[in-house]
Amino acid sequence: MTDLDIPYTRYLDPEGEVTTELPAFAQDQSKLIELYRRMTFARRYDGKLTAMQRTGRIPSYAPELGEEAVRVGYATAMKKEDVLLGTYRDTAAMIVRGVTIDEDLMFWGGDERGNVYAGPAEDFPLTTPIATQTTQAVGVAYAFKLRGEKRVAVTTIGDGGSSKGDFYEAMNFAGAWHVPVVFIIINNQWAISMPRERQSAAKTLAQKGLAVGIPGEQVDGNDVIAVHDVVSRALEKARSGGGPTVVEVITYRLTDHSTADDASRYRDPDEVSAHWKNEPLIRLRTYLSESQAWNKEDEENLITTIDQEIEDGIAEYEAQEELPPEAMFDHMFAELPTDLKDQREAVMAEFSNSEENGHG
Amino acid sequence: MAELTMVSAVCQALGRALEDDKDVVLLGEDVGVNGGVFRATEGLQEIYGADRVIDTPLAEAGIGGVTVGMAAAGLKPVAEFQFLGFIYSAFDQIISHVARLRNRTRGRLSCPLVIRAPYGGGIHGPEHHSESTEAIFAHIPGLRVVIPSSPLRAYGLLLAAIRNPDPVMFLEPKRIYRTVKQEVPDDGEALPLDLCFVLREGSDVTLVSWGAAVAETLAAAETLAGMGIEAEVIDVATLTPLDMPTILSSVEKTGRCVIVHEAPYTGGFGAEIAARLAEKGLLHLLSPVLRVTGYDTVIPYAKNEHRYLVSEKRIIDAVRRTVAFPEEP
Repeated sequence: MTDLDIPYTRYLDPEGEVTTELPAFAQDQSKLIELYRRMTFARRYDGKLTAMQRTGRIPSYAPELGEEAVRVGYATAMKKEDVLLGTYRDTAAMIVRGVTIDEDLMFWGGDERGNVYAGPAEDFPLTTPIATQTTQAVGVAYAFKLRGEKRVAVTTIGDGGSSKGDFYEAMNFAGAWHVPVVFIIINNQWAISMPRERQSAAKTLAQKGLAVGIPGEQVDGNDVIAVHDVVSRALEKARSGGGPTVVEVITYRLTDHSTADDASRYRDPDEVSAHWKNEPLIRLRTYLSESQAWNKEDEENLITTIDQEIEDGIAEYEAQEELPPEAMFDHMFAELPTDLKDQREAVMAEFSNSEENGHG
Repeated sequence: MAELTMVSAVCQALGRALEDDKDVVLLGEDVGVNGGVFRATEGLQEIYGADRVIDTPLAEAGIGGVTVGMAAAGLKPVAEFQFLGFIYSAFDQIISHVARLRNRTRGRLSCPLVIRAPYGGGIHGPEHHSESTEAIFAHIPGLRVVIPSSPLRAYGLLLAAIRNPDPVMFLEPKRIYRTVKQEVPDDGEALPLDLCFVLREGSDVTLVSWGAAVAETLAAAETLAGMGIEAEVIDVATLTPLDMPTILSSVEKTGRCVIVHEAPYTGGFGAEIAARLAEKGLLHLLSPVLRVTGYDTVIPYAKNEHRYLVSEKRIIDAVRRTVAFPEEP
């Protein structure tokens, strides 16, 4: 029997005031500065990717503006050996996990090599078909459990995605099999044009876990300390054989769903403006500044460093040679079947003298 | 040595795979304690344990997803869907992930899994238990579609499918699960994937088939021999990737081809083979390639399904037409 309560966790309010005694890790200000640094990176990088899409340097992007504490909070809670199965809006988490800027840019730029992570080699590529990653996470977790490995599969889903049957099936499998998986529902209030209250009559999304015997929690998703803390505890519980948890992280999508979307068609700009006062960077910066742990000069230095890091990554990305046309056949199978060889040769012949690929 | 039915040969191959490779796991609805609704996993949970022969909740999309996760995380899952007609909830996983994971990660991750599903008509099943939709899967790049037509080929091809580093749709024609018995040594020997099997040699016409319809095709070939027509019979076995050279060299010899499958006519996999014969074998053909297939109807309920399934008579009629061409037989 699962406790039917849905606890809610917050440590820092939007004004940067501590509302509950900070967890142990957050007593160490260097840890908080590290979280702040990563969130600032996420904010600057997100802005850069959005700008690159606008100027035609990448074809599309799913921005994360306002949701930095979510991805930085949960990704820093994970261990290297854990496995992440995220969605297309989890770029900032993948960067924390060790995906490089040039790898990430290849993904958004339209090159499959962007999914060849040198860092987190077992993490799944960002998933587009909604909720499909959640059942996969249960399979990954099953493998960990069968082999007796102390590892956890972490999977994310949006408020809209939590409406899908796959998500229910995933939670139900996880509960029935008692496997080490953490489900993170990133409730940013909007699934493209559908607001949270029209998405489901459920009072909380976390309570969906209760139906299948999994405890659920809510977290202030704009408080990175709270996200890191709650996800850390869920991970440790899963790692030590305590089974799955559903964590609903409540944040707000401050921008469009994607670079192809225009949220002004369906969302009141006053609502968005009101949410800017809750955004995650300012409260941690206020707290650190008032604790004398951060000043204007630190901020300026950080931004200079981050922007340089981003520019270096972009330069590395843009220096990559394009894949040859026949590369589309390279990894269809472990070994190219005879039946596909003619097609591969046809592609090579078509482009062998073309000006397009510069091989001519 | 005991003779085995095809379903027992499937079970024997699964047991061999579990024995030989600790990463192999079986999962599906009722595959454990109950041994599967067709008994294809009978007795395996007792030997290999509930952790490796896994009863799942009743949720096909979930089975698809957890199978992908297991495979990418280093296991070799063999998932059973009770009937092909129930697999459609898992399409998102099969099409969007199973078929693509290796490609989209350029080999960093892969999906070494087998999806088994009994398929086809002829057992008087209820609605949604009798369809032949193999062509849907054959259309998806990245999937192997393998269909056995005898106990021996079921054993050897299933072992090959499990050992293959890529995903395999292993579709089992359930009409012949128990119609034929053969000696099937449990020798762990796999049969080659991606190759057709020439089951009978002949010089007058090539009959190309797979699955349950191979039985009627072979019977027709025997009858035709009595009429002085020698048919070569090819069991395609692996639909994709297709072994076209074997079919083409047979047709170069015979000059005539009849394709036989239980699935509907339009867009059936026979259309692919006929198209390739037109592209690559036209000058060897003495008559049009003909198809003997199911109809473009929903497969009828039990009382009428025998009128839908391909019969020996229809195959013989088609062969007589192709041999008599351009005259009427």
